[in-house]
Amino acid sequence: MNIVIKGARILGGDATDLLLRDGMVAEVGAGLSAPGAEVVDAAGLIALPGLVDLHTHLREPGREDAETVESGTRAAARGGYTAVHAMANTEPVADTAGVVEQVWRLGREAGHCDVHPVGAVTRGIEGRQLAELGAMADSAARVRVFSDDGHCVSDAVIMRRALEYVKAFDGVVAQHAQEPRLTEGAQMNEGVMSARLGLRGWPAVAEEAIIARDCLLAAHVGSRLHVCHVSTAGSVEIIRWAKSKGWQVTAEVTPHHLLLDDRRAEGYDPIYKVNPPLRTAEDVAALRAGLADGTIDCVATDHAPHPVEAKETEWAQAAMGMIGLETALPVVQEAMVDTGLLDWAGVADRMAVRPARIGRLTGQGLPLAVGSPANVTLYDPSVRFSVDPAGFASKSRNTPYVGLELPGRVVATFLRGRTTVLDGKLV
Amino acid sequence: MKRHLISAADLTRDDALLVLDTAEELAQVADRSIKKLPTLRGRTVVNLFFEDSTRTRISFEAAAKRLSADVINFSAKGSSVSKGESLKDTALTLEAMGADGVVIRHNASGAPHRLAGWVRGSVVNAGDGTHEHPTQALLDAFTMRRRLGDLSGRKVTIVGDVLHSRVARSNVLLLATLGAEVTVVAPPTLLPVAMGDWPCEVSYDLDAVLPKSDAIMMLRVQQERMNAAYFPTVREYSRRYGLDAPRMAQLPEHAIVMHPGPMNRGVEIAAEVADSPRSTIVEQVANGVSVRMAVLYLLLGGSESAIGTPGAGE
Repeated sequence: MNIVIKGARILGGDATDLLLRDGMVAEVGAGLSAPGAEVVDAAGLIALPGLVDLHTHLREPGREDAETVESGTRAAARGGYTAVHAMANTEPVADTAGVVEQVWRLGREAGHCDVHPVGAVTRGIEGRQLAELGAMADSAARVRVFSDDGHCVSDAVIMRRALEYVKAFDGVVAQHAQEPRLTEGAQMNEGVMSARLGLRGWPAVAEEAIIARDCLLAAHVGSRLHVCHVSTAGSVEIIRWAKSKGWQVTAEVTPHHLLLDDRRAEGYDPIYKVNPPLRTAEDVAALRAGLADGTIDCVATDHAPHPVEAKETEWAQAAMGMIGLETALPVVQEAMVDTGLLDWAGVADRMAVRPARIGRLTGQGLPLAVGSPANVTLYDPSVRFSVDPAGFASKSRNTPYVGLELPGRVVATFLRGRTTVLDGKLV
Repeated sequence: MKRHLISAADLTRDDALLVLDTAEELAQVADRSIKKLPTLRGRTVVNLFFEDSTRTRISFEAAAKRLSADVINFSAKGSSVSKGESLKDTALTLEAMGADGVVIRHNASGAPHRLAGWVRGSVVNAGDGTHEHPTQALLDAFTMRRRLGDLSGRKVTIVGDVLHSRVARSNVLLLATLGAEVTVVAPPTLLPVAMGDWPCEVSYDLDAVLPKSDAIMMLRVQQERMNAAYFPTVREYSRRYGLDAPRMAQLPEHAIVMHPGPMNRGVEIAAEVADSPRSTIVEQVANGVSVRMAVLYLLLGGSESAIGTPGAGE
């Protein structure tokens, strides 16, 4: 099936047409047509390379009540994504070639977007013994990103060995930076709000100390470090410093940390409980500035589905995490584009190009030019909508944006020339 | 007044004075031979206690019963909660039983906020985690007012584990509302790192604050703090932050000594201080019932006067 996209503004530029043929971008230019091709009217829409998420919890295997590969990748496609990295903290943990191949195969069967399993760094994400990283790298899933996300690889020796070992196959260790002793029982950012609310504080230093250590370790062994969900102004400073040294350090920020701050905890509604916690308004400003100047390489959703009962509880009992695939682009528009911090080329860079490069994906995050795989997202930035999770493709409803008005709408998503979303609906 | 009493910050100065004045009226009932008023007849008050606290539960129970309310005691132990029932399902159960008021004690900060979203009745916070305990602050203010008069400009010192103390949080807020000048004293490890917006002074030096205190409130040192590096040893804590007889002698003549109980005698307070005439500790317990009667009456009562027609008292 050939598709002609008419009048799209590539990266927000002038309107043009794209011809998608045989899974590739075949032609770009005005007045394109092809016999028998499906025509998609994209007047006024922004065309972006299909988005790539470095940090997605698909929950399968183990917690299929919260999300499955099928439902999570449907949500991803609706959000404009053509590739996601499925985090390893499933049950069983994705710490063997068998589990990562299962997740990879489920993704292929679902077909809504590419699924790249993340391998656990340590067996059972227990932080004690390296998982068989090489076996996962050599498996059909070709794992390149390794993470114990949800847990910090806190042991400095294990972290050093992991960083060294993955050099053999150009892997990267994605660290969940959380010093465990400083965060025992922690509930929310430690500061004015935690003092008032009587919730155990989660200090910024617990994140920053691990990031600083890991930057130094990565420099020492000459390996690649990726920092998951950076949440504090101090973390941005440390990463900026590490990059200035020329070290191979990359970082991500979540949409929610770009938009929300810890004042949301006021009413003790655990829909705002997340790891790392929402920080202060000053941290939010620093994260936006860090993403704008490239210190933070990319936006990653940390899409973390939970069943209703995990959130309809007391704050301390509630699960940590928020879903984010279906609202990521609107939140980034609100926080970064409409504020003038990032243009659409910048959005493409932070949400497709750089995450694909960090994950060493070859067919994703490439420019919308002739010869690229036809991974395309069409986005209408001109509309506004009130967030209602009832219409989400995700199995879970734990979005912090309920009732919030956000800009924009993903109109269509194409995965290697095949339509996965059209007119905002899954195909 | 608001429909719920969850934080001391829910009370305006007028609200707080109304509670204290009403409690003063209701305290007269305790001196009668028949200690019962018909005010809340036909109303149901549920005491929902997820944490063991016999003294607070009994205080609320006595308060509700003296106002003729029907009281249902629901404690987590041995109930469906211990079988894994969620707070929400417990709330829906209470709702189905038609509770007009729910008094909740819970080990999770914010549990009363959540409960208030799930029930129609009034929610009274009887202590939530390390957050607040507003009726304790009200009974403390009531006790101080009886001993010291108007609290405007009075200097109140709160000593101990401010970081984890719901009593301290509620007292700081309420006393500031009532115009008192509050100083909290603690080792730095037992203070929140960010107290910028707290309406109080902060000191690490108890001896410096004693001579200018009209009331001093000693907080309980919880057992679990003793083993978590908040201070080197119990003895060192007691030497630096405990109230013993020599320290009590540094207080002004009229100053009172308070403690919300239960006490660790010999740790934060010496036995001779606890048992001295300056100590209001037993009064605080008695005043607790009057203050809780006032709160229940004001939240649940109709437009009737608390103790019958004004001036028609016995």
